Amino acid sequence: MSTTSTPPASHAANPRHRPSLSQRRSRPGEVLFKLALQFCLLVAFAFLVALIAFAVIKGWNRLDPRLWQEMPTGAASRVARAGVQSAITGTLWVIGLTAAICLPIGIASAIYLEEYADNTRWYNRLLELNIQNLAGVPSIVFGILGLGLIARVIGLGFTVITAAIVLSLLVLPVVIIASREALRAVPRSIRQASYALGATRWQTTWRQVLPAAVPGMSTGAILALSRALGEAAPLILLGAVTFIRFNPDSLLSSYTTLPIQIYNLIKEPQAEFQELAAAAIVLLLVILLALNSAAILIRNRFQKRW
Amino acid sequence: MSDPNRKAPDVTDTVSSTRPAPPPVALVNPANRNEGAPRGDDEQVLRLEDVNIFYGDYQAVRGVDMTIGRHQITALIGPSGCGKSTVLRSLNRMNDLIPGARVAGRVTYHGEDLYAREVDPIEVRRRIGMVFQKPNPFPKSIYDNIAYGPRVTGMRVSNMDELVEKALRRAALWDEVKDKRKQSALALSGGQQQRLCIARTIAVSPEVILMDEPCSALDPIATSKIEDLMFELSRDYTIVIVTHNMQQAARVSHRTAFFTAEVDEQGERHGRLIEYDTTNKIFTNPAQKRTEEYITGRFG
Ligand SMILES: Nc1ncnc2c1ncn2[C@@H]1O[C@H](COP(=O)(O)OP(=O)(O)O)[C@@H](O)[C@H]1O
Ligand SMILES: [Mg+2]
Repeated sequence: MSTTSTPPASHAANPRHRPSLSQRRSRPGEVLFKLALQFCLLVAFAFLVALIAFAVIKGWNRLDPRLWQEMPTGAASRVARAGVQSAITGTLWVIGLTAAICLPIGIASAIYLEEYADNTRWYNRLLELNIQNLAGVPSIVFGILGLGLIARVIGLGFTVITAAIVLSLLVLPVVIIASREALRAVPRSIRQASYALGATRWQTTWRQVLPAAVPGMSTGAILALSRALGEAAPLILLGAVTFIRFNPDSLLSSYTTLPIQIYNLIKEPQAEFQELAAAAIVLLLVILLALNSAAILIRNRFQKRW
Repeated sequence: MSDPNRKAPDVTDTVSSTRPAPPPVALVNPANRNEGAPRGDDEQVLRLEDVNIFYGDYQAVRGVDMTIGRHQITALIGPSGCGKSTVLRSLNRMNDLIPGARVAGRVTYHGEDLYAREVDPIEVRRRIGMVFQKPNPFPKSIYDNIAYGPRVTGMRVSNMDELVEKALRRAALWDEVKDKRKQSALALSGGQQQRLCIARTIAVSPEVILMDEPCSALDPIATSKIEDLMFELSRDYTIVIVTHNMQQAARVSHRTAFFTAEVDEQGERHGRLIEYDTTNKIFTNPAQKRTEEYITGRFG
């Protein structure tokens, strides 16, 4: 502080001119803005609640064990005794396989990009850019690719495995991006500590970085799979539309899934079909909510420990 | 103990070191142990010859020549950004992990060029360990933190419990943690974590320990414990410590290297080694004016 600076215009310097603190004013702008924000939140939330309530009310009569004990039907006369069992098992098969395909590939790609790739190389940057872009490609495009390449050219046909491969491709960018973020959240200091003790890159990755990144990765994986779970568009092209009255029993089985089954039921004019569709929607929503809750739970439980 | 001026750290004293607090400006170490090579150990462990270090196109360090003697504590001091950490990392090839970093010149370890093609950086880091500025224990148990190094380097260990105990004792941490070895290392205090990091480094039996401002995140009591520990360890290990704390350099080191950043003809800043001598000489009778200015606090 220089000694020649002007004395600060402090209120303390002249207590008689110190303005009082009790000047609380209302600020309409503040209030309005806050109200607007709350309103937006309310709209979003109200829509969600209305959706669920609508489905529950409409499907109430059909929310019983018939839903998962019985097979679907196309005949209006038998719909009262029908369920969506084959769609549930089909969904489990397809999502299970999707997880088995996309998680190892996605996590391995993320490890390569985060831990091994030299970001100063143009091809690694190109790769990265393309992954970002792929995440934005509409899912129907993946369906077209699956139809042309996997179902026809490779000849896997309209089967569980085709669906799983296409859904894997669809959510792979999401898995990669989420896994990379989880890896990036592991502090550099942990890697340095490991290297400084004479560990190799592989040992450092496998024993320190990956375990620390698992919670973040599982959160990303669950969210990616729940996206695959609700996906209907690509599967419409891949033969999931027909009424399937049996459960898949191999990779090459025909199949249907819940979103597709719902789509089929909704198309029918009779009220009985609509009720069954609503019940199936509730089931799908419950599964999605359960998955997302699991993701949140994992995230909270394994909060950053450093 | 061979040196009467060195006080054996009292590992059972968990509250505070009994060593008196340093005077505010302890430029002359009253109990100076630092007469060059005090124990007749003048073997060179590390030698830098015309070392230049680059980050991409930027030359961070220019023309460093120095030798580091066996079982000595060598301090690197200087204003921040003058390349101390950069030089330190070049001694165990930690710079390899920074994309674009490059070392030119020769760094030899017992005469072997550390940057020769056939040298395995993993092996280098096993022999030349490192302790970092911020304590960085693994998010694992105390025990696993120490066992990690021996495990990954494939050391043949007949009794891991014993090795862990020895490392903890050596780092003056045993008495504080012996009952909670299976608990998370992250529950320890900052000072304890840093001693754990030292114990972890010792566990792989390196010859040299590099420390980059190991006390800068610690309180004075924890700092003095680490300093005691450094004296103690210098009987068996060669230590190179970067510190921005001149009193610390004066207290603990045998030799001191003073670095500063110089601006060259093109207007670029490079870190340079200005003076390197016994700590006593640097702090009582430096040959260079800049060294004197720095240690008396007139610049930096
Ligand atoms: N990873 C890095 N990438 C690019 N420049 C770096 C990096 N690390 C350090 N530098 C630069 O090198 C110079 C020396 O840094 P450093 O060795 O950290 O100094 P000190 O440890 O003495 O404070 C500084 O100018 C710094 O900006
Ligand atoms: Mg530094």
